[in-house]
Amino acid sequence: MAGFSYIPHTDADIRAMLDRIGVGKVEDLYADVPKEFLKKGPYALPDAMSEGEVRQWLGSLADMNPRMKVFVGAGAYDHYTPSVIPYITSRSEFLTAYTPYQCEISQGTLRYIFEYQSMVCELTGMDISNASLYDGPTAAAEAMKMTVACTKKKTRVLLSKGLLPNVIAVVETYAKFHGVEIGYVPVMNGQTCPNCLRAELAKGDVAGVIVPEINRFGIIEDHAGFADAIHEAKALLVEYCDPSTLAVIKSPAEWGADISVGDGQSLGVPLCYGGPYVGFMGVKKDYMRKMPGRIVGQTTDKDGKRAFVLTLQAREQHIKREKATSNICSNESLMALWVTVYLSLMGPEGLREVNRLSYDGAHYLKDELLKTGQFEDPFPGKPFLKEFVLKPAKHPGLVQNALEKAGFFAALETEEGYVSFCVTEKRTKEEIDALVKTVKEG
Amino acid sequence: MKYYDKLVFELSQKGRIGYSLPVNRFPSAPELPVELSREASLDLPEVSEVDVVRHYTNLSQMNFGVDTGFYPLGSCTMKYNPKVNEEVAALPGFTGLHPLMHAGLTKGALKVYQDMNKFLAAITGMDSFTFDPCAGAHGELTGLMIMRQYHMNRGDLARTKVIVPDSAHGTNPASAAVCGLEIVEVKSLENGRVDVEALKPLLDETIAGMMMTNPNTLGLFETQIREITELVHAAGGLMYYDGANMNPMMGVVRPGDMGFDIMHLNLHKTFSTPHGGGGPGSGPVGVAAHLVDCLPEIRVSGFHGNFGVILRAYAYILMLGRQNLKKVGQYSVLSANYIKECLKDAYKLPIEGVCKHEFVFDGLINDGAHDDVHGATTLDVAKRLLDFGFHAPTIYFPLLFHQALMIEPTETESKETIDAFIDVMHKIAAEAAEDPRILQEAPHGTPIKRPDETAAARNPILKFKDAR
Amino acid sequence: MSKIIEGLKYSESHEWVKVEDGLAVIGVTDFAQKEMGDITYVDMPDVDDEVSAGEEFGALESVKAASDLISPVSGKVVEVNEALDDTPELVNEDAFENWIIKVEMSDASELDALMDAAAYKEHIGE
Repeated sequence: MAGFSYIPHTDADIRAMLDRIGVGKVEDLYADVPKEFLKKGPYALPDAMSEGEVRQWLGSLADMNPRMKVFVGAGAYDHYTPSVIPYITSRSEFLTAYTPYQCEISQGTLRYIFEYQSMVCELTGMDISNASLYDGPTAAAEAMKMTVACTKKKTRVLLSKGLLPNVIAVVETYAKFHGVEIGYVPVMNGQTCPNCLRAELAKGDVAGVIVPEINRFGIIEDHAGFADAIHEAKALLVEYCDPSTLAVIKSPAEWGADISVGDGQSLGVPLCYGGPYVGFMGVKKDYMRKMPGRIVGQTTDKDGKRAFVLTLQAREQHIKREKATSNICSNESLMALWVTVYLSLMGPEGLREVNRLSYDGAHYLKDELLKTGQFEDPFPGKPFLKEFVLKPAKHPGLVQNALEKAGFFAALETEEGYVSFCVTEKRTKEEIDALVKTVKEG
Repeated sequence: MKYYDKLVFELSQKGRIGYSLPVNRFPSAPELPVELSREASLDLPEVSEVDVVRHYTNLSQMNFGVDTGFYPLGSCTMKYNPKVNEEVAALPGFTGLHPLMHAGLTKGALKVYQDMNKFLAAITGMDSFTFDPCAGAHGELTGLMIMRQYHMNRGDLARTKVIVPDSAHGTNPASAAVCGLEIVEVKSLENGRVDVEALKPLLDETIAGMMMTNPNTLGLFETQIREITELVHAAGGLMYYDGANMNPMMGVVRPGDMGFDIMHLNLHKTFSTPHGGGGPGSGPVGVAAHLVDCLPEIRVSGFHGNFGVILRAYAYILMLGRQNLKKVGQYSVLSANYIKECLKDAYKLPIEGVCKHEFVFDGLINDGAHDDVHGATTLDVAKRLLDFGFHAPTIYFPLLFHQALMIEPTETESKETIDAFIDVMHKIAAEAAEDPRILQEAPHGTPIKRPDETAAARNPILKFKDAR
Repeated sequence: MSKIIEGLKYSESHEWVKVEDGLAVIGVTDFAQKEMGDITYVDMPDVDDEVSAGEEFGALESVKAASDLISPVSGKVVEVNEALDDTPELVNEDAFENWIIKVEMSDASELDALMDAAAYKEHIGE
C-alpha cells in the first residue's frame, strides 16, 4: 500500500518509539479498551485517493453546480471580494493558528481582532464588540439570551415578523430550550408595527425586542420612538442589521439600540452555500460583562510596549462553566480577519460607493420590471436599498424558473407569494437588462 | 518574530483609497429619506492596497501556527492542515453558491453532504448527522437540544438534569446551562476515571442523560464505559459523546459501538481543517437511529452550517480512505505515550499507565524553589517553551490538578520534531532546577514580553477610539 | 498570615459581617482576597435586590478566575459600595475597610450561625 503523506512515521521511528514506551506493537497501546469495542473488519469508506484524484473529484463536483448570476439576498449577499483578502487570510500564520491563548506569539491574531472590534463599533455606533459569533441568526439568539440575563427575572422576548425567516427560526430554537417565551410584533404596511409593539410591551415581562433595520421585504424601517417605548418598559432594543448598509442608513446606535447584531457576510465574504460567515455583536458599555464570546483588549507588556490580550475572560465558559453567559468558544476568527481586511480596503468612501451602486442598480431593476407590466409593487413608495419584493401576475415559481433557465438566480418566492430581488455592485447594467428582457419574453 | 506596532487605523490618510469599483452607469435614484440616513461619522481607515497588504503581512509575522512549528496544545488536536483542502474549498463552483438555491442548482454541494453523512456515520457508528453546528460547543448545544427533544417527544418532561464528569471540558456545563439543563457533577477516581459508584445514586427519573468524552480530558480511556452506558440507559437517560477527543479513536473504536446515542465531531480538530485563529470550525452532530426523528426540529444556524469547512474535511477523508484511517488514531497515541515516557523523569505524572492521544503532567518535579525564590510554575514552563520556537501545551486544564500541563502531539509530527521538543522540555526542567527566574522572566525573544493582564481587565480598552 | 478582626462574624465561604446601625455590612476576608490575587471586577447586586443566607449575591473576578460571593444573611440590599465599580483593587488593598454591600436583615438570628474570629482563624488553618 502507498504511504500517506500526512503521517511521517517510518517503520524505524515506530519501532524506536514502541521500545521506549516498552510495548511490543502499536495495538498494545489500546490494551485498556475492552475487546468488544475494538472495531472489527474494514470501515465503510472509499479507497484512499491521491491528491490529484481528490482535486479532480472535487473539481467535478464543483462543476455540477451551474454558475448563476445571483439576484437574491435574503441574508446572503453577492458582494465583490477584493483579491487582497483571500491572499491575506490564507497566510498560514493566521490560517493555522489556534485561539490566541499564548499572547506573546499571537499578536497578529489579537491585533486584527482588536481592529475588527473597532470597526464593528464604528459601523454600529456601539461601545463594545466581541471577537465574532458564528453567524447572524445565532448572534440574534445570543442577543435574545443576553436581554434576559440583563433584565432580571423577565422571560419574554419580542421578535419582529419582519426579521428573516432563518433568524426567527434560530432564535425560536434557542428560546425553546433556554426557557424564554417568544412574542411577535407583526409587520403592517411594510414595517414593524409601532402600535403593535406598544401593545405587546404593555402585556409586561418583556426583556428585549429584536427588530430588523432592513426587513425581509428589503424595506428600510423607521424605528423612531422604538427605543423610548422599549426602554420605558425596562426592556432592551436589539437592532438586527446588514453591516454593509450601515455606511448609509442610520446606525443601531442612532436608533437608540442597546445591542446590535447581524451577519458580517455582506462585507465581502463569499456566498459559499451559507458558510463560513461571521456573526457580530456590538453592545452599550453597561452590558459589557454580559456579552458572550471572546474579547480582545489593549494593555502593555512588562517593557511598556503596546500589547493585546484576551480579556474579561471571567465571563466565559472555561472559567464560569455553567454560570457563563454563553457556551461559545471557537468563533469565526478568520472570517473576522476577512471582514477587517475588506473594511480596510473599502474605507468609508468605498463602502458608501458599494451602497450607491447597489442602490441605483436595484432601483433601476425595480423600475424596469414594473415597466414590463408583469408585476405590482406591494409597498409603493417605501424606501429600500438593494433588495425589494414584487407581486408577480404569474405564479412566482414560473417567474423564477424562466429566469433560472437564462442563468439568473432571482425572484425568490416569499411566504406571501411575492418574489424578491437583490442587486449588489457586482451586477452590471447589461446583466440587469438581460434579466428584464428574459422576463418580457417569458 | 519581530515586533510591529501599527494598527491599520494609524496608517489612515484622508482621501487615500484601497478599492476598485466599477463606474456607476445606472440612472441616479432619488436620495434616501434624511430620517433614515446615517448622520454619524464613519471613521474607517483610508489606506492604499499596498498599505493593507504590508500591514497584515507584518501582523501575520507576529503569529505562530501549525505551519510555523510544533503546536502540542492539549485537547485542541493541532494537526497539519493539508493544502489541497484549501485549494478545493476555494473552487468558484462552491464559493459562488447562494445558500437558498434549490437542489437542482446545488447537486455538487449536496453530494458532499450526502457523502460526509455516510463517511462520518461509518467512522463513528452513528446513524446520521446534522451539519448545521458551526463549532464544537455549538454541536454540544445542538446535541443536548436533541436529547431534550427526545424526552419531550415522549412526554417525559421531568428529565431536566445532565450528568457531567468533574474533568469535563468547560463547554459541557456551559452548553447544558444554555440548553436549560441543570448540571450534576460526578467525581473522578484516583485513577482519573469516572467513579461508577458515585454515579449510581445520581441516576433517577430527572436525568436526561450524561455527557462524556472517551478518552477523557486526562487522555485516559474510560475502561468502565460499558457499565456507565448501561446504567445511564437503564435509568432512562441518553449518552452524549463529546467528540473533542475523537482523534485517538479514529479507525480503532467507534462511539456508537460504545453505546453513545448522540455525539459531535470537531472537524477543525479530528478532520484537519485549519483553526483560523479561533474559527471557523464545524461541529456536526450524529445520532443513533432512534433519535433521527428529533433532528429536523432543531434549527441552530442560518443556512447549512459552515459548508467551506465541511468541504475541507471531505477532501481529508477522501485522502485518508479506508486504508489510512487507523494510522491517525494509532500514531497519535504512539506519539503521546512516547513523549510521556521520555519526560516523566522531569515532570510529575499523576497517573501512570498507557494514555491515548494526550496526557497531563502536574508541573515540574523540581521547580527550583529555595529560600526566598519561588519555584517555576506550569505557566513559566509554557512561557519558556515559546523562546525555543514551540507553542505551549494547554495549561491549568483539566482542573483536577493545580499545575496541569496537557500535551497532545497529534499523528502528523515526525520523531525528529518530537525529540527536539523532548530535549527542550528537559532543558527547561534543568533550568528550573538551576534558577527558576529564567523561566519566570520568559519569554525573552518574542515580539512582546508578558503583558499586564490585570490592567487590561480593570480598565478595558476594547477599541481603537478607547485607546486615544 | 491573613488579617482577622475580632468582633466580626465570618462565613465558611470567607465573607465577613459587621452589624452597624442595625444593618449587616458585608465584605470578603483578607484571606479571600489573597487567594483571589489581583481582583479585576466586583459583580454586585442592585439596591433593593433581595439576598438570602447561603445564596450567591455577586462574584469576585480576577484575570483567570471567578469566585461567587455568598450572602451570610438574608434581607434587602440597601447600599452597594460603588467605589468598587471603578477601583476593584480596593478589596486587595484592604478587604475589611472596603465593604461590598449593606443589607437590611430579615432575620438577625442568622448571625448566630456564623463563626467568630477565633473559629474563622481555625477554619482557614492559620
